[in-house]
Order: sequence, then structure tokens, then C-alpha cells
Amino acid sequence: MQSPALDVLPELPIGEGGPIFKEPWQAQAFALVLKLHEQGLFTWQEWAEQLGKAISAARAQGDPDIGDTYYNHWLAALEEITTGKGLVTTDLLASRKHQVQQEHQRLHGHDH
Amino acid sequence: MTESNHRAPLSDVQLRVKALESLLIEKGLVNQQALDAIIDNYENKVGPHIGAKVVARAWTDPDFKATLLEDASAALAEMEYTGIEGSHMVVKENTDKIHNLVVCTLCSCYPWPVLGLPPNWYKSTPFRAKAVRDPRGLLREFGLELSTDTEVRVWDSNAEIRYLVLPKRPAGAEGMSEEELSKIVTRDAMVGTGLIALQ
Repeated sequence: MQSPALDVLPELPIGEGGPIFKEPWQAQAFALVLKLHEQGLFTWQEWAEQLGKAISAARAQGDPDIGDTYYNHWLAALEEITTGKGLVTTDLLASRKHQVQQEHQRLHGHDH
Repeated sequence: MTESNHRAPLSDVQLRVKALESLLIEKGLVNQQALDAIIDNYENKVGPHIGAKVVARAWTDPDFKATLLEDASAALAEMEYTGIEGSHMVVKENTDKIHNLVVCTLCSCYPWPVLGLPPNWYKSTPFRAKAVRDPRGLLREFGLELSTDTEVRVWDSNAEIRYLVLPKRPAGAEGMSEEELSKIVTRDAMVGTGLIALQ
């Protein structure tokens, strides 16, 4: 395995408390996983495996995985596990994503 | 937390989260209030200060420490801290001869209920890989120079077991109260990437 240097890590100098969520969507994705697990829709083991797979897949595609893309992997794993369990379908997700975008543009207008 | 610029188009990840969230809410699998409560809890209430209180109590109460090392989940329940994922917590004590380091090589399992959310470096591949390959070298990167007769033990967390390090009480802290002690315990010391020193 390649051994990337630790000094490429963001935020290696450590403050108390630590970084929490950088953006709201990360907190939303985090909360969704906790809630779905709490409802018994998947076990924590299943989740850990799914997340591990998402991280491996991203690395295989060249993501250096230095921590800053962590919630992207988290979200990819969340989409996989929810579609895999039949809670949603990829088609539904795609059409809803389109709707959300349309709605956002309608409410907030274009910036350009 | 609010989105800073409402006029900007939503990013792909924002759209994906919103799409998923709205579908799951519609199906009744989650509800908005519960999601908000989780976010609020992790942002504002759960953090390393909880772990620090646990460590300070262990330093000042031998019975509690014995329970903590024997059955951490029971000891935490005694302090009314319980794990949100219901996973098993195990506490490893640092001594003059043993230094413990926590990692999760699979993904980023972390003792959230007592430390809050993991820092970026904990989630990174370089940290995870080096913790296994060269823990002593990794600790050096964090500024820890351990004597050669100190054994480094690496604990690989997983979905079932979360590890927490009980750091050594620093010399000179004998006269400090439990509350004073809880203020000097750092997150890194509880992961094993830091030591506690009195200023």
C-alpha cells in the first residue's frame, strides 16, 4: 500500500472540541443514518461495511481520502444502503433531486 | 446552522441529501424533529467534555475506575451517559509501560457518545494506515515521543466495540479536584494521540 505522508492531513494541529460539521448537508446526512439505524432499518455493522465500501470505491477512483471528502462517502453509502434495502429507489431519488432543484430556483431565483 | 447563501444554486450533495431526506420523511421512516434533535445534540451537547468527566472520575474514584475498566458501558450508564448506537464501549488504561492508541481501520468507528464527532484526521486513510503499520511513527507525528520500553497497543474499533483510552494522570495533579481534572483532559489523550501535561 502506498504510504501518504501524514503532513498532508488537514487540521492535523488539534484544537479542543474538534471540527464538527462543515456544512449543513453533512449534519443532515449524519442524522439520517443515525435515525434509520435507530429505527432498526439496518444494523451498525451493515452501515460500517457500507461506508467502508464507499471509502474504498472512492479511493480506487483516486480520492486521496484525507478526511475532507468523508461526508461525500457517507452520503454515497447512505444512498446505497437505502436503495439496497428498498427504502427508496434510484429513480425516485433522481426525480426528487430534480424537483428540489426546480423548487429552489423558483424560490430563490438565478444568481446569474 | 443555516445555509449561508440562499441565492446560490444548491450543490449536488445538498440536492442529494434533500431528495433523500424528503422521500424518507414522506414514507414516515424519519421525521424532521427527530433529525433536528440529533443534529443539535451532536453540535451542542455531545463532545469530548463528556469523556473528560469520565476520565476525571476514574482518576479520583478507584471503584468507578474498576467498573470502567471492567464494563465501561455499565460505568457510563452509572453517569447517565449511554451510547446512541448501543455499541459496546471498552476503556484501555495507559500506564508507565503501556500506551494505547485507538483507530478504526475499516471506516471511522469512534466513541461518539463520549467524544462527539471524530476529527478529520481520525477519518483519514493515512492515519488509519499508519496506526497499524507504524504506530510509534504516527505518535511522533502528533508530538509524542514514547520511551522504547513503553509498549504501544493499537485498538481497532469496529461497529460492535468502541475503544476509549484512559490517559495517565499527570504528575503534579495530585491536589486537583475532579472538576479541575476534567478540564485538563483532552480529546487526543482519550484517542491516544496525546498525553496530558499540566501547563
